[in-house]
Amino acid sequence: MEALIVAHGLQKYFGTFHVLQDIDFSIRKGEVVCIIGPSGSGKSTFLRCINQLESIEGGYVSVDGEIAGYRRDGNHLYPLSDRDVARQRQSVGMVFQRFHLFPHRTVLENIIEGPVGVQRRPKQQCAEEARALLKRVGLAHKADAYPGELSGGQQQRVAIARALAMKPKVMLFDEPTSALDPELVGEVLGVMKELAATGTTMIVVTHELGFCREVADRVVFMDAGRIIETGTPAEILENPTNPRVKSFISAVL
Amino acid sequence: MSDTRLADPGQFVVVPRRKIGTKILALVFITMLVLLVRAFWLGDIAWSYVGENLFSKAVMAGVVNTIIMTFCAMALGILLGVLAAVMRMSDNPVLRSVSVGYIWLFRGTPALLQLLLWFNLALIFPTIGIPGLFSLRTVDVMTPFVAAFLGLGIQQGAYTAEVVRAGILSIDKGQTEAALSIGMTKLRATLKIVLPQAMRVIVPPIGNETIGMVKLTSLASVIQYSEVLRSVEDIYYVNSRVIELLIVAAIWYMAVVTVLSIGQMYIERYFSKGWGATGRKETAPAPPATIEEAV
Repeated sequence: MEALIVAHGLQKYFGTFHVLQDIDFSIRKGEVVCIIGPSGSGKSTFLRCINQLESIEGGYVSVDGEIAGYRRDGNHLYPLSDRDVARQRQSVGMVFQRFHLFPHRTVLENIIEGPVGVQRRPKQQCAEEARALLKRVGLAHKADAYPGELSGGQQQRVAIARALAMKPKVMLFDEPTSALDPELVGEVLGVMKELAATGTTMIVVTHELGFCREVADRVVFMDAGRIIETGTPAEILENPTNPRVKSFISAVL
Repeated sequence: MSDTRLADPGQFVVVPRRKIGTKILALVFITMLVLLVRAFWLGDIAWSYVGENLFSKAVMAGVVNTIIMTFCAMALGILLGVLAAVMRMSDNPVLRSVSVGYIWLFRGTPALLQLLLWFNLALIFPTIGIPGLFSLRTVDVMTPFVAAFLGLGIQQGAYTAEVVRAGILSIDKGQTEAALSIGMTKLRATLKIVLPQAMRVIVPPIGNETIGMVKLTSLASVIQYSEVLRSVEDIYYVNSRVIELLIVAAIWYMAVVTVLSIGQMYIERYFSKGWGATGRKETAPAPPATIEEAV
């Protein structure tokens, strides 16, 4: 099956610090890939590069055949306008560590902001879809609440619904449970498991190794800006061969 | 364990602290207030002139002009301020430089001087217009109203720009990123997501500036704009009741400022939507998570 997202020779610097070094990565439609690794290894930065929240200094990322941030004409790449970049981002849903719901909008308004305000689809229909999404994440009764009135776990589930409302081709999760109280982690992982089970293409940066083992088709281990191992959850989590992976897994478990 | 008890709770009588200092302080200030009122009462003030002129036609016209100028100059100031703030934070170095230059230029000189410059523009540019399209005599265009409007509004924009920028900076970058991630352009994210939230921070200082503007319009009296100060001056030049007429102006300024302060309260309430403080009462107040997030 053809790859939905491809990163090839990706380079990223913060000043002189080489954050991402020569990243090669691909994910097929319907696949769930978990990215694990120590903090500062570049996992989140890689995710943000896919969604063009970070600039890229070398190599490229493509989403469904389109090179992110550029229009290709033969071997020439022309930078896209702000508007076209925004259009590309619509096919990539993103869930942030700290939710980033819009606090001045109700839950329902948060969810329909994208479909109605950006995609210009009819409000009535979008609101119905939004309510269906809220039901799916178990928050049908919170449509008219403000984000400030919800718990962290509820906010994150709304954030997932907000990203899904754009009908993205892929969902990116940037440590979605790291900012949550321990007893709220389960409800968010539960929603993500359901998404995975229904064929959503997902890239998940996480420290929840249990979730990786249960849900991931593949696990990618990053360290110091490089992908140093890729494999099935069993290969990476149960029988790691690379000593760096081994010590990380044993430290986390 | 009962042996460690000091006494039954009912046994204690709480004796209130005697606040002698507070009472003496109150007495001193009340005495001073009484003396002050007495001084004004016995002073050579013909209060009848105050009453006579408070609602006179000329003064009322001045009050209306003051309000109109405050409104117009603030509208221009906020428009320019938002524009300059957004430009200042853009990625485009040209827009950024223009904004910095504008703020530098119009904060750098006194408002009175700027008013005089606009009003006397005809001295250096006798005509203004677009060459070949139209041309007007500057003296006809630069009426006291227009000069005051431009002078006050443009310099206000320079201050408002910094207030708006502070407001925008107070919003977590994650809000912009979340907006971008659902396909908004940067401009749309700023206008739809960041600015409405920044309003919570922006409104109190803008309210302050609006109140300042009410009084700043008095500068326009020097370029013949007939706002309230100018209108009382015109009266006391004739009847020489200087203090009485100035009191009339003072009463009107305070009345306008009081109304504006009340208005500000309602505007603040509107923009704190979703922040728990004045929101819907039937649900629990905001958990700390989102408040942290916005700081």
